[in-house]
Amino acid sequence: MEAYFDNAATTKCSDAAKALMARVLCEDYGNPSSLHRKGMEGEAHLREAAARISKTLKSKPSEIVFTSGGTEANNLAIIGAALANRRSGMHLVTTRVEHPAVANPMKFLEEQGFSVTYLEVDRDGRISLEELEESLTPETILVSIMYVNNEIGAVEPIAEAGQIIKQRNPGVLFHVDAIQAYGKYKIYPQKLGIDFLSVSGHKIHGPKGIGFLYAREKTKLKPMLYGGGQQKGLRSGTENVPGIAALGQAAMEAYEDLAHKQEHLYQLKEAFVHGLAEEPWAHFNGRTGRDGAPHILSLSIDGVRSEVLLHALEDRQIYVSAGSACSSHKPAPSATLRAIQIPKEHLGSTIRISFCAENTLEEVEYCLSALKDIVPMLRKFTRH
Amino acid sequence: MSKAFLIKYGEIGIKGKNRHLFEDALVHQIKYALKPIDGTFQVTKEQGRIYIEALGECDQEEVIGRLQCVFGIVGICPVEIREDQGFEQLVQDVLSYLEARYASQSLTFKVHTRRARKDYPMPSMEVNAALGERILEAFPNMKVDVHNPQLMLQIEIRRKINIYSQTIPGPGGMPVGTNGKGMLLLSGGIDSPVAGYMIAKRGVKIDAVYFHAPPYTSERAKQKVIDLAKIIAKYAGPIYLKVVDFTAIQMYIYEKCPHDELTILMRRYMMRIAEHFAEETESLGLITGESIGQVASQTMHSLAATDDVCRFPVYRPLIGFDKIEIINISEKIGTYETSILPYEDCCTIFVAKHPVTKPSLKAIRRSELKLQEQIEEMVKTAIETTETIVVEAE
Repeated sequence: MEAYFDNAATTKCSDAAKALMARVLCEDYGNPSSLHRKGMEGEAHLREAAARISKTLKSKPSEIVFTSGGTEANNLAIIGAALANRRSGMHLVTTRVEHPAVANPMKFLEEQGFSVTYLEVDRDGRISLEELEESLTPETILVSIMYVNNEIGAVEPIAEAGQIIKQRNPGVLFHVDAIQAYGKYKIYPQKLGIDFLSVSGHKIHGPKGIGFLYAREKTKLKPMLYGGGQQKGLRSGTENVPGIAALGQAAMEAYEDLAHKQEHLYQLKEAFVHGLAEEPWAHFNGRTGRDGAPHILSLSIDGVRSEVLLHALEDRQIYVSAGSACSSHKPAPSATLRAIQIPKEHLGSTIRISFCAENTLEEVEYCLSALKDIVPMLRKFTRH
Repeated sequence: MSKAFLIKYGEIGIKGKNRHLFEDALVHQIKYALKPIDGTFQVTKEQGRIYIEALGECDQEEVIGRLQCVFGIVGICPVEIREDQGFEQLVQDVLSYLEARYASQSLTFKVHTRRARKDYPMPSMEVNAALGERILEAFPNMKVDVHNPQLMLQIEIRRKINIYSQTIPGPGGMPVGTNGKGMLLLSGGIDSPVAGYMIAKRGVKIDAVYFHAPPYTSERAKQKVIDLAKIIAKYAGPIYLKVVDFTAIQMYIYEKCPHDELTILMRRYMMRIAEHFAEETESLGLITGESIGQVASQTMHSLAATDDVCRFPVYRPLIGFDKIEIINISEKIGTYETSILPYEDCCTIFVAKHPVTKPSLKAIRRSELKLQEQIEEMVKTAIETTETIVVEAE
């Protein structure tokens, strides 16, 4: 049996998205900027994808900017908004647990003279709304908070945060990194007070190399790329039409039957947590119930290095991630795990299990029995 | 206009009756080195030299880069080839050759002509004199110095005319394949690839053995070792890499023996397994990257304790090198960047925090007795399940 439990790193592309992508590559390959019929065909795919996506967000198709993925969407929102609005103030707010694609643009802006407030989180990885409220100053122009934490699945109080921010000053822009949340929750930016929302295609069974930024109309953004002025000048460059079409398809599919899929994911997660409840060596980080994301679990194991466990599981065709996969080439301890203050000895002993709707309870059982088999054996071999 | 390269070799010139063996090995290695790059090359032995002719286009820089990895080469002379269209054309060719390389430099020079084709209408000495005169006319800054010239312009009159003046240094050493074969214990670190390089430089063909310990070492760590072997193969020719699954042995030692002796005991079993393969594949010795005192397992005591199990000679070309000297070589030969990729830290579980630095042979042997029950079977299994990968240069 194979159990791919690394869906927060990336997912398998859906068949329909793949087929659509192939069709655009081979048949409707026109450049949307071309004036002839082939160009029109390409443009039609852009329109269709933007329409499909905006339907899931209850937004307007014109509010969707296609990017090369989540990282670019985050960069465009954060750097683009900060640079475009710097005359209103130079203060930004974010959290200690953001993905590097948010944390590093913030660091870049600090180098450019902006000041950034980093909100602390509690043991479950959640920010405090009081602290958020206190952090806002007349100088604040942008707040960036992730919806679902990529390492421990903590869900931030986005609706409340949006309310607080907009009550204080409707001019403060609110960016949400929804890369791990889109397709798992219904997200309506307008209602939540969100101005910018980042989404990645390959986390929702779309292809890699494509994502989008929802940018509420009338918000000011300075582009990151300059060129032929495509996408209203916000993102120059010939559009990745095959990727965009496939992303539209994947987005649509993600929201089909959402309640049912959510329930299924929670059941997988609960079965996993339940299955290790009796094991003294297993410690879950963050909320394991329905107040956490349905698809992400963070598990620390006493006395076992996460990479070793990862490779031992890999041997049985079980694929998980050590810490956060995007940064696992660098053995630097994760910012999120440090921010939630897990015991020091767990920093190098934490794996992430992340599901998709196609995973089954049998796969969970298979993984549980593998863990119960492997971990006691590995625990015998510790360095001393 | 086409290109050729004249290869100068040093030490192998002095090998008497064995000389042709050395030359053949050098030709073989040159052909291997040029295989991955674009172009067709004809490599021939002639009159105590090796002559490489590019048939069609080639990238001169790339060819030289590859040749600089072939042991036995002392110098590489890039040669310009011109059609023989009479002496006046030769003068024009020579002047444009000099113009492109040495224009407006004040150099002393000498022309040295050789006629491989004796039916050329002018004798060599006359060619020298006539060309010298025309060069002096065309480049007033140049002077003739027949004893100690800064620029030695070589003209070879063959079927076509060869012009050359530069000698680019080669790596020296002896052609791989002229000095038997050795079994290199290759880890993913900085030292062992350098050790392999240094022994290969003396003409030794290299096989390698890598001890893989899944799940403590990852597939990426194994890939890294393969990548390192690829780089060494640029110098040493194709490498037969044995990948031994060592986990069971490692765990067994961990369970049975004192932990401060783990590394020494593991090294002893690695040596035994490497020696088995060395014998099987007709290697004449083992090669390691150890240097005295670098880590606990490389003290004189530890090395003695490791060598205790070896019947084959163990070659340790880095034995007297400081780490920084080893790093310098690894940067030069191109293995450093790969060696420092961080994929294998999980194996440190099997390294005691305070390993013995002065193991007593008696104690080590005594500890090994604790393994009696299963170790032979485990070694046998490790040998039987070993994977062999043929690693070619890219």
